[in-house]
Amino acid sequence: MAEISEEIIKTSTGTTLRHEEMVINMGPQHPSTHGVLRLEVVVDGEIVIDVIPHIGYLHRCFEKHAESMTNYQQVVPYVDRMDYCAAMNMDFGYVLAVEKLLGIQVPERVEYIRVIMAELQRIASHLIAAGTYGLDIGAFTPFLYMFRERERILDLFEMTCGARLLYNYMWVGGVSHDLPPGFIDKAKDFCQYFRPKIKEYNDLLSYNEIFIKRTANVGILPKDVAISYGISGPVLRGSGVNFDLRRDDPYSIYHKFDWQPEIGKGEVGTVGDCWDRYMVRMREMEQSINIVEQALNQIPEGNIASAIPKRIRPNPGDVYVRTESARGELGFYVISDGSGKPYRIKARSPSFVNLSVIPEISRGGMIADLVAIAGSLDIVLGEVDR
Amino acid sequence: MTSQEIHEKIKLQFPAAVLESKTEGVVDPFIKIAPEYVADVASFIRDNEELGFDFLMCLSGIDYGKGTLGVIYNIFSMKHRHKLNLKVEVPKDKAEVPSVSLIWNTANWHEREAYDLMGIIFIGHPDPRRILMPYDWEGHPLRKDYKTPEFYQGMKVPY
Repeated sequence: MAEISEEIIKTSTGTTLRHEEMVINMGPQHPSTHGVLRLEVVVDGEIVIDVIPHIGYLHRCFEKHAESMTNYQQVVPYVDRMDYCAAMNMDFGYVLAVEKLLGIQVPERVEYIRVIMAELQRIASHLIAAGTYGLDIGAFTPFLYMFRERERILDLFEMTCGARLLYNYMWVGGVSHDLPPGFIDKAKDFCQYFRPKIKEYNDLLSYNEIFIKRTANVGILPKDVAISYGISGPVLRGSGVNFDLRRDDPYSIYHKFDWQPEIGKGEVGTVGDCWDRYMVRMREMEQSINIVEQALNQIPEGNIASAIPKRIRPNPGDVYVRTESARGELGFYVISDGSGKPYRIKARSPSFVNLSVIPEISRGGMIADLVAIAGSLDIVLGEVDR
Repeated sequence: MTSQEIHEKIKLQFPAAVLESKTEGVVDPFIKIAPEYVADVASFIRDNEELGFDFLMCLSGIDYGKGTLGVIYNIFSMKHRHKLNLKVEVPKDKAEVPSVSLIWNTANWHEREAYDLMGIIFIGHPDPRRILMPYDWEGHPLRKDYKTPEFYQGMKVPY
């Protein structure tokens, strides 16, 4: 408990004020919890003593649904709905897991299409993350700018598969549609258009004095705590750990591209504070653009689906496959019993794990900082609750 | 280290604990240990200099459907960049596994989830509450023999 001296709680007439801790609820319906998350906050005045997260308001038991499907392919739309801000990344992780279980290779063109889509999706997702983070802190304008750019990415997705939010695009063994005519030019235009925008955001938000004051030295997450809590993705890299699954546990064709993970360096505060986590995302967008541009230039012609039977029956066995989604390590643990439907699918969602660290890093801060911390973790409740 | 070497090292330290170790003929190599040794093995592999398993990637509960439940630990070492898949199997009527949430903090929520959805009890867990389902829900939905209740707090459940 924070120390409060006797002086403060005495009134001018000398009587002592009663002072005690208070429990307040933040959420489940609260704009800065990014969904239906309830934080039970124990406060002493403005100081946060403890935070107890309550989750499960969006729980659909995806894992039970997956078991009652008749086919591995049918699970993909459910996976889409886990992280609705980065549905492509979710599909990617799931189909890779099933393909590894089947032991099949997909055509090279499919690999390229998947990487292009996953990286565009990462940019779109980071734009939401940074935009709403500004909104949480009190900067409204960047949010509008970022959604303007996200719109162009969604247009690209729409012209490819018809959907703008939940795509059902990546299928086991391939993708649902080939790239439409004109996609590559349009995507290249977008890359050119988007690069200078990142600087614009930085001028507008990242190096804004008020924004820095609100986020630097707030919610510091040290390296060893992050690793022990299983934190991954931009949050882990924000703590200065140079670890990115795309490079360190490579999957698909990421080894073919020239890029590097971004880590937090504590430029305006301490390593691992909210600003670092935010800034890692901003810089990652630039790296994603690099990957997309290279992939667009190298993409070969070819099939968009490998020859697999309509009804997939993997051999009995289990597999754990992890990919770098926009929020961190997305793992799928899939067990097959040899039949046509999955025996058990467990999704290790990055937001679920990243959220579990919130009590650890918000104790001792102010209530207003709690908003900044929750926003900097960039959780999506659809994925926390699954 | 290869999976073979990691498994050998665990076998050497806990000869009685290892029930099965498979590195070939499976997609992911795994080692199966007796449930009562989980916490000991976990703290050994985390603190051992050569193993250094400091990152618990995933913890899943499984219903094997033949009267047993299982827990699977997918563990990674940030320092050495190697992986380990640890499995345990417990009978359904006495589904108790020592908790590892004091060894890897991330296990806290994963174990709560495994308890909530699969009904595995983690001995020594600091906060053994349900996490995703309502606190007064009955039954554990991911068990293969789970029957959806008719009513929950007066509301009809099946739709």
